[in-house]
Amino acid sequence: MSVDGQPAAPALPEFSEALLDTSLPVPSGVVGPDGKPAPKRFTVYRNNVVVSLVEAIEQTFPAVQRMIGEDYFKALAREFVVEKPPKSPVLMWYGAEFPAFLETFEPLAAYPYLADVARVEWNWLQAYHAEDAMPLSPEELAEVAPDALGNMTFKIHPAAIVVESAWPILSFVAVNRFLPDDDMAIDLKDAQSVLITRPDLDVELMLLRPGGALFLEQLRSGSTLGQAAEAASVGVENFDLSGVLTDFLSAGVFRTLAS
Amino acid sequence: MTHSFATETSRNDRVSPQLPARAGAGLKGEHVLQILETRPDIGFFEVHAENYMGAGGVPHRQLEAIRRDYPISLHGVGLSIGAERPLDTDHLQRLKSLNERYEPGLFSEHLAWSTHDTTYFNDLLPVPYDEATLSRVCDHIDGVQETLGRRMLLENPSTYIAFEQSSMTELEFLKRIVERTGCGLLLDVNNVHVSCVNHERSAEDYLDAFPMAAVGELHLGGHAPDEDDAGRPLLIDAHDRAVDDAVWRLYERVVDKWGPLPTLVEWDNDVPAWPVLLAEADAADSILARRGKEEARLVG
Amino acid sequence: MQKKVMTAAIVAGAVATAVAGVAAPTAANAQAKEKCYGVSLKGKNDCKAGAGTTCAGTSTVDYQGNAWTLVPTGTCVSMELPDGRKGSLTELDRDLPKA
Repeated sequence: MSVDGQPAAPALPEFSEALLDTSLPVPSGVVGPDGKPAPKRFTVYRNNVVVSLVEAIEQTFPAVQRMIGEDYFKALAREFVVEKPPKSPVLMWYGAEFPAFLETFEPLAAYPYLADVARVEWNWLQAYHAEDAMPLSPEELAEVAPDALGNMTFKIHPAAIVVESAWPILSFVAVNRFLPDDDMAIDLKDAQSVLITRPDLDVELMLLRPGGALFLEQLRSGSTLGQAAEAASVGVENFDLSGVLTDFLSAGVFRTLAS
Repeated sequence: MTHSFATETSRNDRVSPQLPARAGAGLKGEHVLQILETRPDIGFFEVHAENYMGAGGVPHRQLEAIRRDYPISLHGVGLSIGAERPLDTDHLQRLKSLNERYEPGLFSEHLAWSTHDTTYFNDLLPVPYDEATLSRVCDHIDGVQETLGRRMLLENPSTYIAFEQSSMTELEFLKRIVERTGCGLLLDVNNVHVSCVNHERSAEDYLDAFPMAAVGELHLGGHAPDEDDAGRPLLIDAHDRAVDDAVWRLYERVVDKWGPLPTLVEWDNDVPAWPVLLAEADAADSILARRGKEEARLVG
Repeated sequence: MQKKVMTAAIVAGAVATAVAGVAAPTAANAQAKEKCYGVSLKGKNDCKAGAGTTCAGTSTVDYQGNAWTLVPTGTCVSMELPDGRKGSLTELDRDLPKA
């Protein structure tokens, strides 16, 4: 027992260190009803912490989980949780570092596409929770005088984001998460960049045309429509401006228009 | 603001924020669409604040719709009031915005900690019951009530271990918090049962000595049986099944003695179909109604 | 100075084509959206404890010394990959692009 009014022994620091590090002994002063040390009782807390955080990772990355199997994913997520526990109490924000963790996880080195699949799933969740905003309507763009169009700039919709990859990540996410019954042939040499948007409540995934990622990046950084189109057509062969614009308008990439 | 969705409910369209002395249910993502479609007759819904801390999208659209027809109770699970570190002011601000946006009838948090240094452990961890912890917890509750501009309810914990360094009982600890901060209490009857079994105490004695005047809400939920190192029963607060008979009996004891209070049924693990959870809430409602009728008869 | 590829006329033409190609939302569409509450996800924060004390949370059985002994086992085997291999998880030793 501590003397009243005096700071007690450091219960919480010892307790918290032992939660994630199972090589540490059960903290001192942690007892059962008989006043004796209670290691199994302490294990309940260790278990709750790790299992609940592993569940949070499982919920965010179901396609990766399906691709490597539930048992493997659980063990992998446990490694991640112990190495990179959350800093925020808001668990919808937990897992941003998981794709990079996958990339450097030695036993999965032969599956380099998993990290990009995880990036699509992470950004899908960001879009799901993004700020609500009406996308720019095509009519608004139609009302701009033709010779002023090249000088327009766009404010990008808060949910819109691109994941670029050297792998067929949209196909992987589609088959392993959204269209599990589809018999889809996947060509591993197919480099896919994915556009993620949420024009209303539902998150939409779309395959970007060549140059689409560069074009969006330019517009996001404040380039005019003319400058961004120029950069994309110089930088990428087969850049199809009207095709990309059609995709962007229908997927809700733009929020507002400015001159 | 011409580009934001016109989905914010005008506050006049909402039912009163006041929680009735009836049963409510924890709002689960799995159930929301069915609830919005069937509009069940239920006292209120309780939500975990942290699940509504995103900027927009489905969670807010759904909660706005729920709030139009039902009072809600906002239940925080991540503020870490028992932590050694100061309150997370960003998190507190997020709670403040949710309170302003949804006007919950009650706001509650736990007597527990879940953060240390920069790590969030996502579990409601136990605090030692000593003077140093008491003073820290009270400071934190003062901070919460000041920032939110309202009285909060503090929930009694379910615990699996005790600290040797504790110098007072849980009840003394809770009573002194109430005296010093003026906060209210959320009495989780399942937690009382779980903790009393785990620490070999009498749940009846605990309840009879509980500072009921400060209680603004009751919680009910399911627990999972296990054993400790010495083979003694160890109950886990898993919220993964129906309310246990022993917990119903304790609940009846509380309601019979103190009258009806808003009562939440929690079910967070292995979540059942909505009608199963609604039936649990109905069972609590009939206990509340029985007592309500008796009161009416006595007065009449 | 390098000659511009994208003239004002090309940009204007592309915008006109794009605008014409995007379906305008219909009234029925808008009404359907009004009633839509979206697809719910499970909330990640709650105040439950994981049941039981013997779950995988503290297990170290996946290790033999310092070695990771698990092998990934994708559950999706419905896909036919172009070279005849099946499964959504494919070891890429032979497919890694040459840097």
